[in-house]
Amino acid sequence: MATRIDLEVNGERHERDVEPRQLLVHFLREELGLTGTNVGCETSLCGACTVLMDGQAVKSCTQLAVQADGTSITTIEGLQTNGEYHPLQQAFWDCHGLQCGYCTPGMILAAADLLERNASPTEREVRDALKGNLCRCTGYHNIVKSVLAAAAGGES
Amino acid sequence: MSGVLGTSVKRREDPELITGRGKYTDDLTLPGMLHAAIVRSPHGHAKIRSIDIAAASAAPGVVAVYTGKDVIASGVGGVVPTGWLLPNLKTPAHPILATEKVRHVGDGVAVVVGEGRYQARDAAELVEVDYEPLDATVDAKGATAEGQPQIHEEAPNNVAFDWDLGDKAAADSAFEGAAHTVAVDLRNSRIIPFAIEPRAALASYDEASGLTLRMTSQNPHLHRLLMSLASLNLPEHRIRVIAPEVGGGFGSKIHHYPDEAIASWCAMQCGRPVKWAATRSETNATDAHGRDHVTHAEMALDGDGKILGLRVETYAAMGAYLSTFAPCVPTYLHGTLLSGQYDMPAIHIRVIGSFTNTAPVDAVRGAGRPEATYLVERLMDLAAIESGLDPTEVRRRNFVPADAFPYQTQVALAYDSGNYEVALDKALANSGYADLRSQQAERLASGGKLLGIGVCAYIEACGIAPSAVVGSLGAQAGLYESAKVRVHPTGTVTVFSGSSAHGQGHETTFAQIVADRLGVPMENVAVVEGDTDEVQFGMGTYGSRSAAVGGSAIAKSLDKIIAKGAKLAAHVLEVADTDLEFHDNQWSVKGSPDKSVAWGDVCLQAYLAHNMPADVEPGLEETTFYDPANFTYPFGAHIALVEIDRETGEIELLRYVAVDDCGEQINPMIVEGQVHGGIAYGIGQALWEEAVYDEHGQLLTSTLLDYALPKAHNLPSFELDHTITPCPHNPLGVKGIGEAGTIAAPVTIVNAVVDALRPFGVKHLDMPLTPEKIWRAMKNGEDV
Repeated sequence: MATRIDLEVNGERHERDVEPRQLLVHFLREELGLTGTNVGCETSLCGACTVLMDGQAVKSCTQLAVQADGTSITTIEGLQTNGEYHPLQQAFWDCHGLQCGYCTPGMILAAADLLERNASPTEREVRDALKGNLCRCTGYHNIVKSVLAAAAGGES
Repeated sequence: MSGVLGTSVKRREDPELITGRGKYTDDLTLPGMLHAAIVRSPHGHAKIRSIDIAAASAAPGVVAVYTGKDVIASGVGGVVPTGWLLPNLKTPAHPILATEKVRHVGDGVAVVVGEGRYQARDAAELVEVDYEPLDATVDAKGATAEGQPQIHEEAPNNVAFDWDLGDKAAADSAFEGAAHTVAVDLRNSRIIPFAIEPRAALASYDEASGLTLRMTSQNPHLHRLLMSLASLNLPEHRIRVIAPEVGGGFGSKIHHYPDEAIASWCAMQCGRPVKWAATRSETNATDAHGRDHVTHAEMALDGDGKILGLRVETYAAMGAYLSTFAPCVPTYLHGTLLSGQYDMPAIHIRVIGSFTNTAPVDAVRGAGRPEATYLVERLMDLAAIESGLDPTEVRRRNFVPADAFPYQTQVALAYDSGNYEVALDKALANSGYADLRSQQAERLASGGKLLGIGVCAYIEACGIAPSAVVGSLGAQAGLYESAKVRVHPTGTVTVFSGSSAHGQGHETTFAQIVADRLGVPMENVAVVEGDTDEVQFGMGTYGSRSAAVGGSAIAKSLDKIIAKGAKLAAHVLEVADTDLEFHDNQWSVKGSPDKSVAWGDVCLQAYLAHNMPADVEPGLEETTFYDPANFTYPFGAHIALVEIDRETGEIELLRYVAVDDCGEQINPMIVEGQVHGGIAYGIGQALWEEAVYDEHGQLLTSTLLDYALPKAHNLPSFELDHTITPCPHNPLGVKGIGEAGTIAAPVTIVNAVVDALRPFGVKHLDMPLTPEKIWRAMKNGEDV
């Protein structure tokens, strides 16, 4: 039994029939082909699946697609503007904020949520804001550096 | 672009990854693709009475349901073998689907193939398996006791092997009359490798082209080889293994597991592509875990704190089956490291490998070397207390001196180079060690939070592996690496490397090697890895080997390219090729730099000339299979500062100072990134992570609800520095840096915490150092 949902993803409107139990992350990946959003756990704890829902970071592995009805979703694929990297994307590249890249989309979107709320966070605030996103490669050192660099760039 | 080597070039990999365009295995789809869900044992140890697949087969969207009997009936090998043998090693078969008995939670018993991911999972729930539960045994040492449940008939008392290294008589005599002896009983805790990307495979098969398997792999050729030889009985040339983007490995994606073979076999049965993508709890229960040692270790010292001897007995859990490199890890990668940075006149180690009703144990970042460093560096701290010396002083008194290299240890290795005291001095200076000790004393006197200072001086042997050395230790195979350098007619270059990156940045660093040696711009260099049809052969990426072995293979091929180009240039200039030198992207006559031939002209001539020199074949492409002369020996000194709350036992890691020496650095930014990640990985084991099985073999830590990884707010920024002692035996002078942090960090942290708890009489605590454990240790200390 399918349910109709109507939502905006990366600025594009989609009307789709979905299985009520389908996870948002699987909807994004398998229905819309937006595979930049990754799945790393099943308990909403790793953050690899983080997307922005109406501007707020949510974990799309513990949201149903039907819960996204009427919302506006931003995934990593929607972060560039006119082909220009988002300041966070640029900063992650500049500061070596990623290695395998699997956590990176979620990490960048969680950081985007933080910078929306707090344009010039301290290191401690960055670390606290990212505690829902796990990285196994970087020890967070350069991720934190990247977020601070993006924030500083935004100010200047 | 000479001079690009040693600079922090931004990574070429990143634009794909920061935009979500990079494709990991589970991101890929093929027309007609099916999904596989594997039915797994909920028991640690049980007989399989029967399996009823009727309900599952009838479920919506289900295409097929298979059990191990179907695998056997198909006539394929149907097993995953171990790839490393030891004398008298017991090697019970590991079927890709169990038919008689399950031996750990997660052991596969059936597979459902369905049209959709959810449909396959739903139907897997409907497979009825009638189990007869058996008693389980899960402890590395306890499993070998009399009367324990027998996991494999071939292995009495669950002993897989009993191995030793070193001179037992010499080690024993060192303890006779020694001024000081220290001993420790420790557990090196079991950890889950936990790449953030779970394992996955996408297999497709057709008669014309054979099997194509895209999978989460650190070594596609190794997977192809074992798939061909043991699992599928498909000729090697009819299998193509591709590693797309791989979301971290840490060892877990080296090994050949049943699941990828099952997905491949299903694709062959169904005639349609089949994808299998593990859930987190599935990958945590089936990825090979790491460590899990029970060790008794003793050290003898003279009155000046100089080491006389070391003897070690370790029980190492192998888990339910022998994984790919499992027997190698606690033996050759562990026993050989026991000399540490020290001049030790006598060493003996005995290692008993045991089967347990747990996930298999195999190489996880560091693989044997963190365990060795852990026990040696714990003993050094105990030796310092016993000798009345500062922990840095007892280490300093025992360092292999800088002028003593090459240094032959008592456990087979010959250290080629090192300068240990310089690294330690730098770490002491950077941390302000003397000042930290004063602060610690003041803090103790004031009754505030306790401060602890941990020191570790580590060595690792990596760049695996020199075939002569590992052969003398009983290995069955050399671990070479290959590189083909193809120069195109227009002078651009493609490198085909047998390494296989999963976050290490080879597309960048390998292009730096090429650009530097040939003088071509980096953008004119492509790097190809991770595809058995594209790349000749390769052993893959693990053991900090990619730069030292894979990179050296590239450098050797580049030298062959330059030598061949010299013959072509000499022909044009009508001089002898020995009269030419290559620099600035051209060949010129020594002493007459104006007489030269440019790179581009030679490359074009190589393919198009009609008057080649008689002894030169057309084309410009060279391949090297590089066999290193020795291991490489990175080293360093790490210092941690921790603060402990006396009321709650909570630990805060205040500072982490590291000085590492990985020889020449191709890209310092990437080197630092590797060290950061390695340190965090090691801190994770020290403070939070532990895979726990109960007495029935239930994995109690299968999800992130129960298995705690380091998070951003738990860690400080790290304070890094380095020394450079080039590797003397490879063409790049590099050693490898992927594992150093993970080797040093666990014991650095534990030493710091135990140091803080010295006033309570604490001499050792096992990882992970939970607040409860600390609190109890303080309470017990007060009682004393």
